[in-house]
Amino acid sequence: MAKALAGTDVARRINETFSGVALESNKTDVWVAPDDLHRAAKFLHDDKELDCAMLLAITAVDYVERFELVYHLRSMRKNHTVVIKTRLSGREEPAISSVTDIWQGADLQEREVWDLMGIRFEGHPNMKRVLLWEGFPGHPLRRDFVR
Amino acid sequence: MAIRTEPVTVNLGPQHPSTHGVFRLRVTFDGEVVLDVEPVFGYLHRGTEKLAEERTYVQVVTLTDRLDYVSAMTNNLAYVRAVEKLAGIEVPERAKYLRVISSELQRIASHLIATGFLLQELGAFATPLMYCFRERERILELFEMLCGARITVSYMRPGGVLQDAPEDFWPALDELVKAMPQYIEELEGLITSNEIVLARTKDVGVLTAEKAINASVTGPMLRATGVQWDLRKADPHEVYDRVEFDVPIGAIGDTYDRYLVRVQEMRQSLRIIEQCVKQIPKGDIRSRTAYFIRPPVGDAYGAVESPKGELGFYLVSDGGIAPYRCKIRSPSFINLTVLRDLLAGWKMADLIIIFGSTDIVLGEVDR
Repeated sequence: MAKALAGTDVARRINETFSGVALESNKTDVWVAPDDLHRAAKFLHDDKELDCAMLLAITAVDYVERFELVYHLRSMRKNHTVVIKTRLSGREEPAISSVTDIWQGADLQEREVWDLMGIRFEGHPNMKRVLLWEGFPGHPLRRDFVR
Repeated sequence: MAIRTEPVTVNLGPQHPSTHGVFRLRVTFDGEVVLDVEPVFGYLHRGTEKLAEERTYVQVVTLTDRLDYVSAMTNNLAYVRAVEKLAGIEVPERAKYLRVISSELQRIASHLIATGFLLQELGAFATPLMYCFRERERILELFEMLCGARITVSYMRPGGVLQDAPEDFWPALDELVKAMPQYIEELEGLITSNEIVLARTKDVGVLTAEKAINASVTGPMLRATGVQWDLRKADPHEVYDRVEFDVPIGAIGDTYDRYLVRVQEMRQSLRIIEQCVKQIPKGDIRSRTAYFIRPPVGDAYGAVESPKGELGFYLVSDGGIAPYRCKIRSPSFINLTVLRDLLAGWKMADLIIIFGSTDIVLGEVDR
């Protein structure tokens, strides 16, 4: 049976290496600051115990007053999953550093988030729209999108 | 004197018989050799995730049928699992078995399509494809008995399934399960050691295990690289922990391995169905749920091993009757991350079959 690692345990492990990076945590999730996301992701990928070799999914959720990015990670060797989240403020064009250098699997998913939610990933090799065409007005998955 | 040459960019698609739907590849060729590939998506983008935000939790089931439209049962299953996790809904035992039986039938149907079209792209025009479709038809007839629909089934509901299988379903299923191994044997007899197939697919389009894991590749494509990872084993949902089956893997991750893994998975699916038919108890097929399901505020990720890979739904609830956010982790879309690595350096004719062996469905890629 696959295990969902407790957010509090993951947060403690992150903070042992980079103190203060994991801001809060609960039973399932860990929150980090957007600027620390890349560091935390790299640590989760490289650490022998956490061993998050696969990036399952990147999801952006629009809570109107903020965006939340959710990263679902999986270790196949240890058969567990980790959920790491970060909150982005500002609606104009929020940006965060890309994790494509850690997981190639982020490539299309980050482009999709940019396309539909309008969050830019810095350091992505090909930050273009993926499902809609270049020049499409706005980002349709945002809550305030009006045709 | 050397002849001056220059690379040529060709558009493959969006209307092209071997792109499995409306999909465009911008390919840069040096003569016949692929230098670079740029996939262009979105021709079938219907905004499923946005549409889901305006429908009740039960209504979204019909949207999921239209994602991977050759395997609607597993789409239903992934979605209802996410809802059940979010809202804490229990599922009766009989419904779990019905779900597994229908999903495994769907897996066989989907793999038949993948195999049939791969052969079609190899140049075996129409005959092998029709063999595969003949068998798939029998599975679709069973679905018709279950729920009245063949493709867009909408058979599953949060808390169970739409309705119990009718009386005549069981003998018909029994007949299919008995006849199917023969058909698979027949299909394999034509393909597996066919000289042309071997020459065209062995060592073509090799994907390594490290690359596959790093690029989030799942499903038969991952297993063909030799990684024994199947969500049905690793995180058994429904009743997969009560049935015996093997997870077939490939040796080197080439096009041939991807084909072989799919054929063997069909046999394993039959094994699962056989055991389920023996074990299935009598009882309810659906637990009582509110007409409008209102899950508590929070989020949940539910995933199943669909024929294409890990299909996951990430749902966020704000306590209302519709999902606040419904993210679809589509295996077809994410498996295409490695397309460039798979295709670069191969010839035009290989491009078609390597692409065919990834087995994507555009409804799921574009959503």
